[in-house]
Amino acid sequence: MATTLKINGEQKTFDAPGDMPLLWVLRDVLGLTGTKFGCGIAQCGVCTVHIDGQPVRSCLLPVSAVGERAVTTIEGIGATPAGTKVQKAWLDLEVIQCGYCQSGQIMAAAALLASTPKPDDSDIDAAMAGNICRCGTYVRIRAAIKQAASEGGRS
Amino acid sequence: MSNPKYKWIGTRPDRPDGADKVTGRARFGADFNLPGQLVGKVLRSPHAHAVIKSIDTSKAEALPGVKAVVTAKDFPDQPDLIVPTGEMQVNLRDITRNIMAREKVLYEGHAVAAVAATSETVAKQALGLIKVDYEVLPHVIDVAEAMKPDAPLLHDHLITEGANPAITKPSNIAKRIEFKKGDTADGFAKAEIVVEQDYTTQAVHQGYIEPHAALASASEDGQVQVWSTTQGHFQVRGFCSRLLNLETSQIRVTPTEIGGGFGGKTVVYLEPVAIRLSQKSGKPVKMVMSREEVFRASGPAPGGNVHVKIGATKGGRIVAAECTVAMQAGAFPGSPVGPACMCSFACYDIDNVHIVGYDVVSNRPKVAAYRAPGAPISAWAVESTIDILAQRLSIDPIDLRLENAAKKGTKTAYGVTFNTIGMVETLEAAKNSDHYKTPVKPGYARGVAAGFWFNVGADSSAAAHVGEDGTVTVISGNPDIGGSRASLALMAAEELGVDYNKVRPVIADTASIGFNFVTGGSRVTFATGLAVVNSVRDLVRELKARAAKIWNVDPEAVIWENGMAKPAGSNVGEFEPLSIAQLAAQAGRTGGPINGHAQLNVTGAGPGFGVHVVDLKVDHDTGLVTIGRYTAAQDVGTAIHPSYVEGQLQGGAVQGIGWALNEEYIYNAKGKLENPGFLDYRMPVASDLPMIETILVEVPNPTHPYGVRGVGEVPIVPPTAAIGNAIDRATGVRMTDLPMSPPRLSEALDAATPRMAAE
Repeated sequence: MATTLKINGEQKTFDAPGDMPLLWVLRDVLGLTGTKFGCGIAQCGVCTVHIDGQPVRSCLLPVSAVGERAVTTIEGIGATPAGTKVQKAWLDLEVIQCGYCQSGQIMAAAALLASTPKPDDSDIDAAMAGNICRCGTYVRIRAAIKQAASEGGRS
Repeated sequence: MSNPKYKWIGTRPDRPDGADKVTGRARFGADFNLPGQLVGKVLRSPHAHAVIKSIDTSKAEALPGVKAVVTAKDFPDQPDLIVPTGEMQVNLRDITRNIMAREKVLYEGHAVAAVAATSETVAKQALGLIKVDYEVLPHVIDVAEAMKPDAPLLHDHLITEGANPAITKPSNIAKRIEFKKGDTADGFAKAEIVVEQDYTTQAVHQGYIEPHAALASASEDGQVQVWSTTQGHFQVRGFCSRLLNLETSQIRVTPTEIGGGFGGKTVVYLEPVAIRLSQKSGKPVKMVMSREEVFRASGPAPGGNVHVKIGATKGGRIVAAECTVAMQAGAFPGSPVGPACMCSFACYDIDNVHIVGYDVVSNRPKVAAYRAPGAPISAWAVESTIDILAQRLSIDPIDLRLENAAKKGTKTAYGVTFNTIGMVETLEAAKNSDHYKTPVKPGYARGVAAGFWFNVGADSSAAAHVGEDGTVTVISGNPDIGGSRASLALMAAEELGVDYNKVRPVIADTASIGFNFVTGGSRVTFATGLAVVNSVRDLVRELKARAAKIWNVDPEAVIWENGMAKPAGSNVGEFEPLSIAQLAAQAGRTGGPINGHAQLNVTGAGPGFGVHVVDLKVDHDTGLVTIGRYTAAQDVGTAIHPSYVEGQLQGGAVQGIGWALNEEYIYNAKGKLENPGFLDYRMPVASDLPMIETILVEVPNPTHPYGVRGVGEVPIVPPTAAIGNAIDRATGVRMTDLPMSPPRLSEALDAATPRMAAE
């Protein structure tokens, strides 16, 4: 079934069953492999993308449910003000260990900063509680979100 | 903060793979694809224990889109031969049965057959068409049950190794091991206080977020290429070579970026199956596990039953110690009971020690390494018992450990005498920390525990190549899990005297660099680091020889300083120093390409010690534990890239906190895993954790040019007991079974309430 989606600012038309989760459209149909698979039941957060700026678990979202809304993935988040700041803070504070969950962490953090430019600890806990990092980089994720927030102004 | 002895070592530059990992460009296991590839899927046993009477694959093979089906018949049987895999060992006869069940299925999720098809949908449909005729057998999950004489037997051939007197009847006890130092009967006779306690732990999963994934492509001429997410692509090559009767030179394995392993990606599950399916179908085959498959059929780390008895003087000197560990091996022999036994009392200098261990099979997935394999299980028991001792003697728990701490010259129960180690320094660092000196907040209680890990060396190869412009590529062969590329580049830059950014570290495939043992045992920065240092020294020797040629002097008359060749003295002659770029520009006239190489078997790994301090509170109604403050101190040798060292301490502590408070494999009466997903197998998330403070205690390893010790494994050892000890001090209830989850803890608190009221 021909479907058109707005992804990272571009219109993409492709064939995929309407019930195919967005994650597999991104990864297998469009070759955007930055968004990862972790559990398939929206429990780990590595598949997080933005739909109209809101963080969404793409592993359970049927592609037909996206409609006209804009999809942003880790490949495109650097073009947003919050995304740029988050990526820079992630590098500055050496957040990454293995890096596998970090696409999802960055997407969740960028969505948080876009909606809450100066998050406190409870905002961070609420926004990030669905993103597991088995390397245990949580301390630095928290610090990096705060650093990105302190750059302020442009989001 | 940087190390005053060095220019680059101890600094915190960006990692070479950083940009790719914040933009989604980095390619992990499932991100590799080839044109025309098929999807491979595994059929798994629904039974915990059953005889495979027959497998009929004909209907699956006839399904349009199915290109190959394999069962155990497609893999040659293997000899009874033990081979090392990182810190653990596996038997080839067992591993071929683990990747594809042969006579019996031995756990729920055990692979029985696999298909390769043109799509995921067709592959799943084909699995449903494979008919397996099982004869279900009685099963056994629990270690204590499995050790009983009338327990269901997993392997008819399994005779307990190391039993005294020798045993001739098969059982589920694969091995008995024993370590003795001094005479514990004498020791306990001198004791003024004896503490004795039983403990249990449950199986936990390594929990890497990236599922196992492999892509294999077999050519008509017999050559095979594999892309795999693994901690050891040379091990993947070695196992596939053995399991498929292929020459190692015919298999080229490229490691992808790896999304966590923690020990669990040191063995093979999918790779040999993907190769066989590719050979049969003539197409590339990609296989990726689901999360359920990861839980049911990979890893986990074992649970164990531990008995500890410690005798001491009233002054707190430990005079005798005993420990018995019975450990889950999973369906095949080979638990980390050896390291569990060896690590149990390694933090302490005790004259009389007796340790016994049992390696026990049961109907669970075969266990794999997990960060300091075995050590957290014995440490949970020993460090809890030491805390009981400290409380009974009214001695500060750090002071009690200082009184008994191992130091240089201490002989361990397993026979090794320690060289320079940092147990005392680490205890003192914890004692002098801001955390320990700050009074405990009202409502909270404080726990302390220590931990030990050997760290390992083993085989490494490295090369350093100079490009035409004088920049350097450093090539090694260990998948980078937590920043080792940056650490290797820092050591190369230090050795070469050039900018870190002029050194590019690369991880080569199995055909492009000599053999490297797995990324495991906290060995990469230490052992492969040494190979890198030696390859750079070889390169410097060559660079000096080239300068000597240009100047027409003896190579001995050239020195290397700050990245330049210089005359050794004024008697050599007046020459302008030559940079690597200048030497590279003239390479064609002085002998061609300029490279350095090293290969070695590295010994002299420096053991590591950690001391963790935790403040927590307990909700008496719900049993919920809230951690308020956490500090991890560790003897780390020299911190090459301190950010990554701190990250290892924090990450190990987080995993240990999960092990302590939530994580466990839960089986039902039919021997099926009830919680194979992140919904019911709960791992820590951000909101569960406070800041994890770290204290890096730098006691350099005397056997390494930069003093490196492994750091990644020690930090998972102390957390469970540190938390249990704090819970006891908060509530007066001593937890002896892991995890100390809300339901278990509230049950224990309820059980203790009437008793406490009566007292």
